[in-house]
Amino acid sequence: MTEPLLTIRDLSIEGRQGRAWQPILRGVDLELRRGEVLGLIGESGAGKSTLGLAAMGYTRDGTRIAGGEITFDGMDLRALGARRLRGLRGRRIAYVAQSAAANFNPSQRLIDQYTEAPVDIHQLRTRPEAAREARELYARLRLPEPDVIGFRYPHQVSGGQLQRAMTAMAMSCEPDLIIFDEPTTALDVTTQIEVLRAIRDAVREIGTAAIYITHDLAVVAQMADRIKVLLRGEEVEEQPTRAMLAAPREAYSRSLWAVRSFRAPEHSVPPAGATPVLRVAGVTAEYSPGTPVLQDVSFDVHSGRTVAVVGESGSGKSTAARVITGLLPAVSGRIELDGTPLPPRLARRDPAALRQVQMIHQSADTALNPKHTIREILGRPLRFYLGLRGPAREARIRELLADIELDPDDFIGRTPAALSGGQKQRIGIARALAAEPRLIICDEVTSALDQLVAEGILKLLTRLQEVRGLAYMFITHDLATVRAIADHVVVMQHGRVVEQGPKDEMFRPPHHPYTRLLLTSVPDMDPDWLDRTIAERQES
Amino acid sequence: MRLSDLRGMPPTAAFGLGMIMFFAVVAVFAGQIAPHGQTEIVGMEFEPRGGDFVLGTDNLGRDMLSRLVWGARNSIGIALATTALAFTAGALLGLLAAVLGGWTDQLLSRFVDLLISIPSLLFALLLLSIFGTSIAALVLVIAVLEMTRVFRLSRAVAMNVVVMEFVEVARLRGEGLGWLIGREILPNVTAPLVAEFGLRFCFVFLAISALSFLGLGIQPPTADWGSMVRENAALITFGDITPLLPAGAIALLTVSINFVVDWMLHRASGLQD
Repeated sequence: MTEPLLTIRDLSIEGRQGRAWQPILRGVDLELRRGEVLGLIGESGAGKSTLGLAAMGYTRDGTRIAGGEITFDGMDLRALGARRLRGLRGRRIAYVAQSAAANFNPSQRLIDQYTEAPVDIHQLRTRPEAAREARELYARLRLPEPDVIGFRYPHQVSGGQLQRAMTAMAMSCEPDLIIFDEPTTALDVTTQIEVLRAIRDAVREIGTAAIYITHDLAVVAQMADRIKVLLRGEEVEEQPTRAMLAAPREAYSRSLWAVRSFRAPEHSVPPAGATPVLRVAGVTAEYSPGTPVLQDVSFDVHSGRTVAVVGESGSGKSTAARVITGLLPAVSGRIELDGTPLPPRLARRDPAALRQVQMIHQSADTALNPKHTIREILGRPLRFYLGLRGPAREARIRELLADIELDPDDFIGRTPAALSGGQKQRIGIARALAAEPRLIICDEVTSALDQLVAEGILKLLTRLQEVRGLAYMFITHDLATVRAIADHVVVMQHGRVVEQGPKDEMFRPPHHPYTRLLLTSVPDMDPDWLDRTIAERQES
Repeated sequence: MRLSDLRGMPPTAAFGLGMIMFFAVVAVFAGQIAPHGQTEIVGMEFEPRGGDFVLGTDNLGRDMLSRLVWGARNSIGIALATTALAFTAGALLGLLAAVLGGWTDQLLSRFVDLLISIPSLLFALLLLSIFGTSIAALVLVIAVLEMTRVFRLSRAVAMNVVVMEFVEVARLRGEGLGWLIGREILPNVTAPLVAEFGLRFCFVFLAISALSFLGLGIQPPTADWGSMVRENAALITFGDITPLLPAGAIALLTVSINFVVDWMLHRASGLQD
């Protein structure tokens, strides 16, 4: 048996809340050998990132190590001084953060940021040596034009390319250990597969050990040799990847695995002559004249049905929602509500029409005014649209809270700061319901949430649809969500609808090439998925 | 802000708050506190400190202490009115510019740029020589000049809130301008605006004092700290610190307000330690 590279024993970390210290990690053990990849998985707040950073001997501001040991290659990281730690970081232990765009200096070229660690800080290489290695690593990570891409600034390359450039930076000093903290979470599925492949191949070829943090099981299945599941700062279980996927031991792990199995009840296809709640007919829209972001987009949403609009970022899905709500007036085409054309501009629409179309936003954090209580947030649309006041309004607010499965007595006086992510999203739903609309536009409502919480939201939306006959326009990039709740699917790319039809047809071949690319880019819970998909693409 | 928040106050802020309250009491009860009237000639010119007059008399033989007390009321009162005016106008226009955007924003912002581009003391001197040196003109001129700074700040902080989705939700609901500004945006920008109010008050106060010192501010015989420095400036040559007393009062008030503002900004930023 070789000596483990990293050993963490009974590690406890606390975070400060006001004057008290709350535990974030409660006695976690971890062992990692050279060349091994460990997947850390769990919902947000489970302590994954805290554990990942602790492996570098680092704690965030406002957190402290309360107990335990961190040993890296025979050195006790807790006892090491700041100078020695600085010598380790970047050189022997490197870190790849979630949002590459936020972690690059926008005013420096990629290559200058690459050479900072090996040349300026650790003095391992001369600048020309480091630059040559950068080009090799860029090529290895499959960046286009590896010889010149380093001379671009961060804003001149795409998000996926930036994430790979950051991985190259992490590898610049040939570290023994790299910590990947959700490196592909912010990327589209079609980009994610490229980045996953690049990272995995590079890690294998260089033989570095890695800790791969993610909340996406299918992703970790491709990357890790072993998987460790965390829940609220404690380890649930740890197993080799294949064993874990085949037979998770603990109930919590099994619930994570089962989460993608939810299916909304099927609806019949609406009769041919029926008037849709919403008709989008030949809509073209632009932010600046001459460069349309939507071109000739048409689809219908019928009452009691869910239309999913899918596509990667920049495909125009959210712009379509802005056009429907009137925030961005269409240049040409019509928006019809129950067969009546709506004025393109928001300011020209009357409240009765506005009431019919409500919207739920992706980020509940910014969609609720932090200075208003739940009573004010839900009470306003009741007062504004329905003229409810006093006890009648209070009673209606309580009904709404009960509808979204939150205890009225407990929640009615709270402000959004005292809610969890899932609860905030439920309040967003209740606010939309308060207007008693016919159509709700859901813009990526589950993508910022953990899988279990997201599933709860999907179930709630489905139940409300059955009870109230609501029509949903569901904007998402997650095909698992589409599979779960959609009746009709609209696939968008570059501002155009490339294909649309009933869900069953869309998930069955033959596909439009872009639909096939989307479908095959979604990771399966199968450790061989990545190899297989790449092999298939190379054949065709 | 609740009363319990005052307990965790640093000593500097407590000192500042104490001094502000002291000045406020002096200003409100000037009539009761001052031993003599502000224009009353009670003795010889430049009588020394101590004796009949605690702080001596000024160049016309008026009681220095009484004039300091009356000056508190005049200087602070006028500065407060000016700041309030500048603030209401500046904040309102700034919020409007942020919410409406487009042409309204361009028009207002460029107009403010225009005003800012002229050195403000020179501009104030120019305007006051045109419109005369009545208190109303003084208040208006300084309010307009200070309004530009408030406009810029409130526009900037409101911009950060306008892009939030809850504002979009309110727009989609069909809410009017009043609701958007008053209920959605204003509650989220009060902390920096209140802090700015304190700071702006200092600048207004200093501007009025400077103008009074130059003879274009509050006119004699009304007691005010700025002109008191000028009237008694000759004493400095004889090594007497009497002219420094009103100057000291100005400094003390500004420093006190800054202590409190610092503390409030610190709290609003949510930083620990």
